[in-house]
Amino acid sequence: MKAAVVVFPGSNCDRDLAVAFRNAGLDVEMVWHKDTALPAGVDIVGIPGGFSFGDYLRCGAIAANSPICNEVKAHADRGGFVFGVCNGFQVLTETGLLPGALLRNAGLKYICRTVPLQVETTDSVFTQSYEIGEQINIPIAHHDGNYIADDETLAMLKGEDRVAFTYRENPNGSVADIAGILSANRRVLGMMPHPERAAESEHGNADGQRVFAQLTETLASA
Amino acid sequence: MKARVHVMLKDGVLDPQGEAVRHALGGLGFGGVSGVRQGKVIELDLADDATEDTVKEMCEKLLANTVIETYQIEFV
Repeated sequence: MKAAVVVFPGSNCDRDLAVAFRNAGLDVEMVWHKDTALPAGVDIVGIPGGFSFGDYLRCGAIAANSPICNEVKAHADRGGFVFGVCNGFQVLTETGLLPGALLRNAGLKYICRTVPLQVETTDSVFTQSYEIGEQINIPIAHHDGNYIADDETLAMLKGEDRVAFTYRENPNGSVADIAGILSANRRVLGMMPHPERAAESEHGNADGQRVFAQLTETLASA
Repeated sequence: MKARVHVMLKDGVLDPQGEAVRHALGGLGFGGVSGVRQGKVIELDLADDATEDTVKEMCEKLLANTVIETYQIEFV
């Protein structure tokens, strides 16, 4: 199984994400934002955290319009898997692959700490190794993680069981405590917290490891 | 030709930065400011044959996120 991790100018979690994919048994190739094709046979694309294009205009807006993102959209439209973390989540909302948007944190401060999340669904390749209602502790590091969506979108996300994770103690003002959401086909996950930073015992916390744990196995059968 | 694009958060979308500015104004002794909304202005230098439709497309594709923002185009 093969993963591609997209690198934008200003990405800074790309290598962490590559290591997490690799530890889960995937072959990983890094792709540059100016590339016009994904490597052949890619099963999952990772959009990493960081500050793509310096967060100019809006977080993720310029990255979402880069050449590689057309390919990421096409990959998702074909039913391919995509995983966006932090800035990667912002990019996915800007591309329209996920609904809603991420605004400046309600408290205006950049927040960097480990927070308790609640697993809301196990019906996805990324969350299947958890239990519904389980608490996991995952680091966040963002200034613009305040998720917003209109009432209709929220009702749809909840009705279709597409909220993947919520915050137990809302740190940033996100509506309905939302920390991560899935696409309609459940193959695209965007989340502000960083499971790749809590994915092995050397990190001091491996609660995020199960996001990656069964990717190889499940992607092979998908 | 120059176009000026005004981008504002939609009504009803909380603007924490605007709120912080409102508090700061209160702290400076300016009473009676019941709300502050902070947006951005983007100036575009354009070819003389640029149309409003083109600028609109720029807004829809990149300059504004219409999920949370509105935009107004002004030619100057």
